[in-house]
Amino acid sequence: MAEAIAIGNLTRRFGPLVAVNGVSFTVAPGEIFGLVGPDGAGKTTIMRMLAGVLSPHAGTILLDGIDVVAAPERAKPHLSYMPQRFGLYEDLTVAENIRFYAELFGVPRKERIARGAELLEAAALGPFRRRLAGNLSGGMKQKLGLICALIHTPRVLLLDEPTTGVDPVSRREFWAILYDLREQGVTILLSTAYMDEAERCTRLALLHAGEIRSCDTPQRLKQAMPGALLAVPAADPRAVRAALGGVPGVLGLLLMGDRVHVRVDDAARAAPLLAARLAGPNIAHGEIARVEPGIEDVFVALVGDATKAEAA
Amino acid sequence: MSLRRVLALGFKEFLQVWRDPRSLAVALLMPLMQMVLLGYGVSLDIRRVPLCVQDQENSTESRALVEDFVASGWFAITRTLPDNAAVRTAMDREQCIGALVIPVDFSRVLAATGQAPVQSIFDATDTNTTNIAIGYAEGVISLATADFAARWEAAHGTRPTRVGVVDFEPRVWFNEGLDSKNFIIPGVVAVILALVGAQLTSLTISREWERGTMEQLISTPVQPIELMLGKLVPYFAIGLFDAAFCLAAAIFWFRVPFLGSIVTLALTTSLFTFVVLGIGYLISVRIRSQIGASQVALVLTMLPTTLLSGYTFPIDQMPAAIRALTFIVYPRYYVSILRAVFLKGSGVAELAFPMLALTLYAVFIIWVAARAFRKSLD
Repeated sequence: MAEAIAIGNLTRRFGPLVAVNGVSFTVAPGEIFGLVGPDGAGKTTIMRMLAGVLSPHAGTILLDGIDVVAAPERAKPHLSYMPQRFGLYEDLTVAENIRFYAELFGVPRKERIARGAELLEAAALGPFRRRLAGNLSGGMKQKLGLICALIHTPRVLLLDEPTTGVDPVSRREFWAILYDLREQGVTILLSTAYMDEAERCTRLALLHAGEIRSCDTPQRLKQAMPGALLAVPAADPRAVRAALGGVPGVLGLLLMGDRVHVRVDDAARAAPLLAARLAGPNIAHGEIARVEPGIEDVFVALVGDATKAEAA
Repeated sequence: MSLRRVLALGFKEFLQVWRDPRSLAVALLMPLMQMVLLGYGVSLDIRRVPLCVQDQENSTESRALVEDFVASGWFAITRTLPDNAAVRTAMDREQCIGALVIPVDFSRVLAATGQAPVQSIFDATDTNTTNIAIGYAEGVISLATADFAARWEAAHGTRPTRVGVVDFEPRVWFNEGLDSKNFIIPGVVAVILALVGAQLTSLTISREWERGTMEQLISTPVQPIELMLGKLVPYFAIGLFDAAFCLAAAIFWFRVPFLGSIVTLALTTSLFTFVVLGIGYLISVRIRSQIGASQVALVLTMLPTTLLSGYTFPIDQMPAAIRALTFIVYPRYYVSILRAVFLKGSGVAELAFPMLALTLYAVFIIWVAARAFRKSLD
């Protein structure tokens, strides 16, 4: 019973589509575990099954030792789920929404008031408690969602893409609350399509087409990426990307704003080859340097390999 | 079950209705509008029937008879016509639905024998209206006959031998005395309650699905029975308010005689409101779009309530198969209860059967509705 979340061989189909295919992972208490992947990878489906609002076709889910598949209602008092789409009542005020969710979870009045004030303070929503939720900005709505999810002090918090469409300031406040919760021992599982956000998690599962490609700490995932990464800064990175396709030793190319990340089998051998290829058509570029991979590089490396394997 | 969660849900639902102009309009304006429309619009009484006159004699006596028709208030003379062909044309053009033909020797025959035939021709395409109009015509004729007999007696000292061959008087009295509104208005209250009640609750669950609030709601420990009760509480209050409004309008505005007790009325009305809200809720659970739920609620309440409840079409005149069908049409029980309470002053003891039927209905609907909701997205 050491794990806060343990799922095994979880599978869910929608008609012919296998949305989640034999997914297994465990999350330790107090972890911030991230599900990372593009739209359609199966993140939301996993979240919904964990929240007990969608039943799996196969597999097991244990939340704090409670079998969610067999008895979802037993798990619900201990978890909080924040759906991807804003799930609160837009025609109720901030305070009314908080109160409603507190009542549903049977939070005593005193505790509700104290904890509500604390959370409103942390989310900088105090001045807006009488505003209708529908009139809040995107970031405020997500913070209100988090407050409603936290008003009853859950053991497990499930957040489905909680910061999509949220401004940077609100996002920072959002994460500050999450870190606080971790201190209190709340286990957090969140999904995200933002790679920079993924780096903040203690562990990640990289999800693609309903399957886990890799699951580890961000650090170890980066270390485990096959090959090395070279960055080529350029005024016209698209031209660079086009020119470098097919250079021997190049495993993958990824456009990163004003630069191209080139994954190669051997950095020392590949760097001069790249420079030579770019010199031919005279494409201007900055110094080619070895860089540490980000989660996005790791993800593209894994998924790119997978697509190639499927094609072969 | 947690009372706290029921109350939280009820309060939330109340706030939502209170802040939604559309729901408020359905809850408060619809009953008012329908009470006016149905209360004034639906009447089985027919007044000012358009009538043509073909007075072949044009004597004092014949004109007096025409005058009797006008004075009765049941008829309006729209045309004076020369011959039968013109009568036909007038009916085709819908200028009249009946014609009164007074023969050329009317006053002479009348003076000689004390009796003279007049002919009436009616367009029977609308049999209901025509039947009623014929009844009115017979009434006017028989009054005129009685009047003539009195004058004859005064002049001759004896009653005319063949006057008033057929005595139509009872029909006249019947129509004059019984205003159809007393029969219709209590039924109107039932129709409005069924319509408004089912409309209100038919949207409550589908609204949560459409606005995306259901997903988060079902991730909480709330139980289906709590959700149902919480959702019904505010609408029950609104339904009873609407019922009180309609019943008060029936008694004080439309002046339907009320002979029964308020307690019986309150009890049976609560029961009916409960059934209606339960049906709306059940529809809401089964149909996830607001438009769809509203449409189904309209069909499921409007049709049986207006056609099969006995509100306008008497149940005992229906074919046996349809009559059997009306036993599952819940509004029929409330319509008959309302009429009995209003017009006969019936109490709980006399109403045991329809009340039992409504109670069974309520229990059944709530049982089905409570089980119909699944806390799941699949």
